[in-house]
Amino acid sequence: MAAKSNLVNMALCLTAICLVCSALLAGVYAVTAEPIEQAARKALVAAISKVLPEGGEISDAKTAEFGGQKYEYYESSRDGQPLGWAVKTSTIGFGGPLTLLAGITPDGQVYAVEVLSHSETPGLGAKCTSDQRFISQFRGFDTRSKQLKVRKDGGDLDAITASTITSRAYALAVSNAAELVATLQKDKEE
Amino acid sequence: MANKLSLITKGLVKENPTFVLVLGMCPTLATTTSAVNGLEMGLATMFVLILSNIVISLIAPVVPDKVHIPAYIVVIATFVTLLQLLMQAFTPDVYATLGLFIPLIVVNCIVLGRAEAFASKNSVGDSALDGIGIGIGFTLTLTVIGIVREILGSGSIFGWKFIAGDGILAFVMAPGAFLVLGYLMVLFNKLAKK
Repeated sequence: MAAKSNLVNMALCLTAICLVCSALLAGVYAVTAEPIEQAARKALVAAISKVLPEGGEISDAKTAEFGGQKYEYYESSRDGQPLGWAVKTSTIGFGGPLTLLAGITPDGQVYAVEVLSHSETPGLGAKCTSDQRFISQFRGFDTRSKQLKVRKDGGDLDAITASTITSRAYALAVSNAAELVATLQKDKEE
Repeated sequence: MANKLSLITKGLVKENPTFVLVLGMCPTLATTTSAVNGLEMGLATMFVLILSNIVISLIAPVVPDKVHIPAYIVVIATFVTLLQLLMQAFTPDVYATLGLFIPLIVVNCIVLGRAEAFASKNSVGDSALDGIGIGIGFTLTLTVIGIVREILGSGSIFGWKFIAGDGILAFVMAPGAFLVLGYLMVLFNKLAKK
């Protein structure tokens, strides 16, 4: 059975355990750091290639400010001509931050949208990752002639049933991305 | 030999962690939205449980009595963090669905409960078997709850959809978790008593 406690053996014991444990963790961290980074990178590249037209060369991450918020984006181009921009865009959904990757083409159309992370309610808001009726509305959505808002707010999108707040956050995130791309293009022309 | 075997089987029925000991309710309720989620959470917990049981039964004789809880918690937290790093590195898909709940294994009463009640008083071999038994019991229970909730809530089993459209939404959310857990617990204890 356990040893009788006194100050010295308590301190020694905890110090020893913590030393061994932190050494072990440091070792595993060093070994896994690279695979973790690679996995994150692979997930991002996979998401980018889903939201932009195929065959472009994807740039490194760039940042831009728009409306007081910082955005990370990637430019895809072929022979010097831009094919589109993938913008990492975040808004507050029903359960917390909702982060999307929105692909916008140079003619102001949404190419496709991928959800990177969310904390929406399973079975309700979480359908924004799977509900094809909702997702497919964004494909080829012309942000110049139509409003990226749910119908309740006077826009042109059907919200996910019983998940208006999530749908609103989703639409706002895509709309922010589209506006960011529009200002990027304007800056380039000038 | 029969004695060793009973160390494993007691985790399934007599000391089933969820239905009989009623421990680890947080991950049970939170992660069983589908069969696969329940299964993965159970396996992750089993991994931590076996390793922490082994290490704790090894160090128990030299750990002074007054600091045994902090010592055990450090050991458990280390294994959970290891698991988290390894999953992030090698099974990023699983990590994407379960990542949020992995750190919660630290405070899962099953792990500390087995450390206190069993591993600190028994041999390394027996403690490992106890970890396996309780781990299997927990995994099976979580999977069963997950299956029931997935059938009722999403109309699918292990991701395979057998009806078009939605299920009964409530079963995917928290109230359904309590309902399914309660009814299964009644059923289990009724059958186990016989």
